[in-house]
Amino acid sequence: MAVRTRSLFALAMLSGGFSLVSAALFVALDAVDVAFTEAAVGAGISTVLMLGTLALTSRYERAPAHKPWLPLFVVTVTGAALIYGTLDMPDFGDPNAPAMRHVMPEYLERIPHEIGVPNIVTAILASYRGYDTMGETAVVFTAGIGVVALLAALARRRRRGEEEES
Amino acid sequence: MQQGVSWEYLVGHANYWLFVLLMMTGLYIVVARGNFVKKVIGLNMFQSAVIMLYISMGKVAGGTAPIFPIHGEIDPATVYTNPLPHVLMLTAIVVGIATTSLALALIVRIREEYGTIEEQGIWEAEQEIAARERRQYGEVFGEGSQ
Repeated sequence: MAVRTRSLFALAMLSGGFSLVSAALFVALDAVDVAFTEAAVGAGISTVLMLGTLALTSRYERAPAHKPWLPLFVVTVTGAALIYGTLDMPDFGDPNAPAMRHVMPEYLERIPHEIGVPNIVTAILASYRGYDTMGETAVVFTAGIGVVALLAALARRRRRGEEEES
Repeated sequence: MQQGVSWEYLVGHANYWLFVLLMMTGLYIVVARGNFVKKVIGLNMFQSAVIMLYISMGKVAGGTAPIFPIHGEIDPATVYTNPLPHVLMLTAIVVGIATTSLALALIVRIREEYGTIEEQGIWEAEQEIAARERRQYGEVFGEGSQ
């Protein structure tokens, strides 16, 4: 439905609902930090941004001009390749999977006396991977500057355009 | 894989296959539809599928959320779900919203410049500009008769 609908407003709402459902999925998978980030960012901010964009542009999509067979073929081939890639993966929830046996036990052992923060995700994010998080804030800051630079003069340009027309 | 396909194998891998399906739906929207807002939503779906894939890789059967008890001793028998994918995917979500907002700002700017947010419409506008420039400068370059 989300693929075929041409009403962009419905699409924005569906994508917000999708974020909320995926947040519930993250809770089920024990990833509570990811779940509330997804609920706040995906279902909240992202939907607001979408609606703002729709208000500034248009609310309906034009009918597609060409047949969808080539994209369908490309997507099917890519999907088949990806599924072939998952055939060697460990089973879901397997405690002996390589991802669980590498550095994870060491983190669990060291965090209580090295950091002392009960939430392991917070401890890793803010302490062991602190530089990474700092780089992330730099990325967000840059994106914010980009948005401001693109939209700052929008109202002024619009006003000038209206004056020229009248 | 050598011992044939068992029921456990199918159930243990169904999560990856569902996420691949979701990912490909997003990719299809990006490739096949011409509206830019829709492309951004498709890209978001693709990204969510990747995030779900990583989070599901970190799940341990019978595990609990990776938070130690505040008071009291840590029970060594408790199984915690792998927190490392969670950390990485938190970063991915935040960077994702940053790129999404930048993309939406670009869409607003494109609409201002071209009056449309469709690929097809922008192509038509470009053709029009090219034709006008040919009319204007065609004589100088010696192809004015077109």
